Amino acid sequence: MALSTTRARSAPRTTGAPGEPDSPGAAGTPPTARDRAPRTGRRGEGFWGWLFVSPMVIVLGLFLVLPILMALWVSLLHWDGQSNPFSGQADFVGLDNYRALLTEDGLDRTLFATSLRNNAYYVLLTVPLQTIVALSLALIVNQKILRARGALRTTFFFPSVTSSIAVSTVFLFLFQGSGAVNSLLSWIGIKGPNWFADPRGVLSMVLGDLGVVDPEKPTGVLADHSFMGLSWFEWLSGPSVAMCTIILLAVWTTSGTFMLIFLAALQDIPRELEEAAALEGVNRRQLLRYVTLPALRPVLFLVLTLGLISTWQVFDQVYVMGQGAPGNTTLTPAFLSYSSGFDNADFGQGAAIAFILLALILCLTVFQRWALRERGERSGRKR
Amino acid sequence: MTATGTDTDRSTDRSTGRVTDTDRRAERARRRAAARAGSRPVLTRFPVPARVLGYGLVVGVGLLYLLPFALQLVTGFKTDPDAAAHPLALLPTTPTTAAYQRLFGLSESAQGVPFLRWLSNSALVAVLVTAGRVLFDSMAGYALARLRFRGRSLLFGFVLAVMAVPGVALLIPKFLVLNTFGIFDTYTAMIVPLLVDAAGIFIMKQFFESVPREVEEAARVDGAGVFRVFWSVVLPMARPALITLTILSFQGSWNEFTHFLVATQSGQYETLTTGLARFVSGGLGGGTQYPLKLAAALLSTLPVAALFFCFQRYFVNGANSGAVKE
Repeated sequence: MALSTTRARSAPRTTGAPGEPDSPGAAGTPPTARDRAPRTGRRGEGFWGWLFVSPMVIVLGLFLVLPILMALWVSLLHWDGQSNPFSGQADFVGLDNYRALLTEDGLDRTLFATSLRNNAYYVLLTVPLQTIVALSLALIVNQKILRARGALRTTFFFPSVTSSIAVSTVFLFLFQGSGAVNSLLSWIGIKGPNWFADPRGVLSMVLGDLGVVDPEKPTGVLADHSFMGLSWFEWLSGPSVAMCTIILLAVWTTSGTFMLIFLAALQDIPRELEEAAALEGVNRRQLLRYVTLPALRPVLFLVLTLGLISTWQVFDQVYVMGQGAPGNTTLTPAFLSYSSGFDNADFGQGAAIAFILLALILCLTVFQRWALRERGERSGRKR
Repeated sequence: MTATGTDTDRSTDRSTGRVTDTDRRAERARRRAAARAGSRPVLTRFPVPARVLGYGLVVGVGLLYLLPFALQLVTGFKTDPDAAAHPLALLPTTPTTAAYQRLFGLSESAQGVPFLRWLSNSALVAVLVTAGRVLFDSMAGYALARLRFRGRSLLFGFVLAVMAVPGVALLIPKFLVLNTFGIFDTYTAMIVPLLVDAAGIFIMKQFFESVPREVEEAARVDGAGVFRVFWSVVLPMARPALITLTILSFQGSWNEFTHFLVATQSGQYETLTTGLARFVSGGLGGGTQYPLKLAAALLSTLPVAALFFCFQRYFVNGANSGAVKE
């Protein structure tokens, strides 16, 4: 490790004068100016600095950077997890794994396209829903005249801190065919679906009810054209009923965290603004529309992009609630990557999927950071 | 929002500077009047029908968030057939603690549910990981915030980059590394990779930057070395940030699932999350043994829930400090 030693080139300093011109308490230059220009190293500061960050460098290097590099190599192999992939015993297949996923017709590509479709619908529904729910909850909890605000905040936030596996278990129980949710629905005369066993796409059901398309035997343009091995009809069939339960679970568990972010922003709005508006004689709706929501715009963007980044990573719930079943409609890229490696012993394929997912999420994150930087950094909110 | 931030009242130092004295006086009067009323509503109170409707709505939404947990609690004390027949009943027909007895191995052993083993694994990992993170994250955060050494800004860029890497895209890559090092399926593989986390380093760095330098400078003048200053001057001042970090680390490692899933395979290393997930996954088979599953899920959330109710403020800080994770 390159330890930056104290700089011998620096002018010799008289000992016993550690505190340079700006002694504490003296009105000197603002601290920022001091931060920028490193003083000639205090004895051993370089050594201590590197010593303090060494655990971080070692752990993150070995278990975060190295895995990515190794996986990059393995994604170019056909490796079944048995031999050592770095000894030349595994076949080097170049970009075949990526080709099989993206361009070559076959089961791999169809499965990958299906997982992308499922995850895209999950994102399209979860992100707006969790944002709207979180914002509404924040506006409710922020009402000064409401009693028991603290208890409500606790109630809404609690699902967010529990283990994803535990709450998925609870949802499995609630959404059984003859479970609590369907019992509730039957009280109001609705026969609920067999949630987790229902692979039908929601959109295609609606279109079928309207008589536009026959979901069983789609015909015409939708069935004749395909993209990445999935017919247009399959792309457009919407999330399955089973996927909708995972969406509900996601909204229920994440809205609390996002509510807190909105709440912090709401409390940042200067009261003078609201009071001035009140003196102008606006009503509540106008206040919300012309004062509150515009002030929340940066945070709204933050929450939307955070949601967008996290929803492409859905894994735990899928693992618990069906592992892709029914009919591969809850399959997501993250889970497909896992099962390619661990269930089908095709680690090259799994690594390739992991890379495509990694690239997608990193693009979203880079976009988010760039956009938030453009908008001027909020204190403590830069990511 | 720094880790120390609380719901303090908004100070009025944001005023534009064009506020006249009369305005100020008027505002003070308004505030005093509002304070007398017990709250400070900006607008007049809601009319009664709206209030009734509003409270109804709020209570309804609150129930949506509470009911699943209530049903979970009750079902744990039902018999299997009772749970299947009356999933909504808020009282067991014939209350029984059979599920809990099986989990704790007091009656016939729960088949495939070595709950106590899961519990001890989870506890061991969570305690060690929390200790490691508190120490290493503060050290790295302090170095990045305060110590001057070559490569510091580069390293901070590295931390920011690491924060952007999604865990689920690393499932296969992590397994490759653990397998290559020959530590796959060991406690080492479960614990060591989690000992440092970028979000924690970020939180600590933010905090240390907010600490006034004068204290450290004074200690330096007194002749304390870098480590002494860190250990006996800075860390004691960092209590709120350290509590936040401790709680978030414990919550994170207790609820961790994917890492353990790819770091281990044998039953002896199963934690509450991986054990429970394997036990309940593929719930398509219908409602078998739900009292047992729900009781296990309830017990596995208890420690974090207890922490949450005691230290809610720190959880809120965590949610607002940028450590937002699924």
